[in-house]
Amino acid sequence: MMTMTTWQAVVTIAAVSLGTMLTRFLPFTLFPDSRRPPRTVTYLGRVLPHAMTGLLVVYALKDVSPFSGSHGVPEAIAVLVIVLLHRWRHSMLVSVAGGTIMYMVLVQLVFA
Amino acid sequence: MALLRTAFRAALPPTLPIAAGFLFFGGSYGLLMHAKGFPIVYPLAMGYVIFAGSMEFVTVNLLLSPFAPWSAFMLAIMVNARHLFYGLSMLDTFRGLGWRKPYLIFTMIDETFAIDSSVHIPALVDRGWFMVFVSALCRSYWFGGIALGWLAGGVLPFDTKGIEFVLAALFLSILLEQWDDDRNRREDDDSHPRPHLAIADLMDSARPHASALIGLSASAICLALFGPDRFMIPAMALMLVTFLILRTRLEAADDEHGPRNGVAR
Repeated sequence: MMTMTTWQAVVTIAAVSLGTMLTRFLPFTLFPDSRRPPRTVTYLGRVLPHAMTGLLVVYALKDVSPFSGSHGVPEAIAVLVIVLLHRWRHSMLVSVAGGTIMYMVLVQLVFA
Repeated sequence: MALLRTAFRAALPPTLPIAAGFLFFGGSYGLLMHAKGFPIVYPLAMGYVIFAGSMEFVTVNLLLSPFAPWSAFMLAIMVNARHLFYGLSMLDTFRGLGWRKPYLIFTMIDETFAIDSSVHIPALVDRGWFMVFVSALCRSYWFGGIALGWLAGGVLPFDTKGIEFVLAALFLSILLEQWDDDRNRREDDDSHPRPHLAIADLMDSARPHASALIGLSASAICLALFGPDRFMIPAMALMLVTFLILRTRLEAADDEHGPRNGVAR
């Protein structure tokens, strides 16, 4: 459940929206005449996206602790299932659905 | 009217493959928001003003954490940094479209970019309206998915405990896809043989994955150092610094492998 007030939630969503919109509108305001952007910018644009996915994976698993609760076992199994499904089907839909369902089954029935 | 109709008819087919994915992921997102106790207006409003799938999923977590708008803002910029490069390659395409231009920028995502920049638009079809319909259709699939998922949350015959793992599953799947892309790109032009040393092999196989590995390790290190509630900003800073330090090496490796799929020129 949310512990924020409604206003804090609105400000949080607005901050995310502003940040996202900045990434969309900035090129059109900075380079209106399709001037070539600085090389550092293009370099970071090449390397950042895949690194950010790494950050998001860590972020999504940040509260998993090997020292308490179920010791991260259901998470580890679900991650393994996702890797195997990905190897097998190469479909994001299948991997995401399979991994999530596996995790739900584990935390509801096995590690409940 | 005929102008609009032909543009719509041309825009519909390329968006159909996207509909399935958006209904599924929008549905998961709606379902997750329902399971976390949010009224339907939250996911729909977030879909409207953010309209960037990954970031919407992350925002669910942000809303359930302590109030930290600045790091939410920074995170949104870093997660969506790729939009900057879509924008750069659409500077000419969106030129001279009047009020439709801000709408196209406002609604630009991976999928609309992929269609608008690659689909051959017949000469009879108005280009501006074609792209407006691509955006509008993608958004309607997303909103439809959110609404269906949220509504389904109220009538599901099973417990949704554990549904939040969809976030990790989504990002891990994206990571695995990108990992394969990196490797394929490397194999494509792996023409010149190299001396076979175990350590050289290891280095070689890691190099195309440098970005993903730096992202993962910088985040893991900062998570260990700063804890789960305040590791994001240090992780992003560490990543940027690492990339700037390793720039000559990574750029050399990249030039060797040719430019990447045209997005970042």
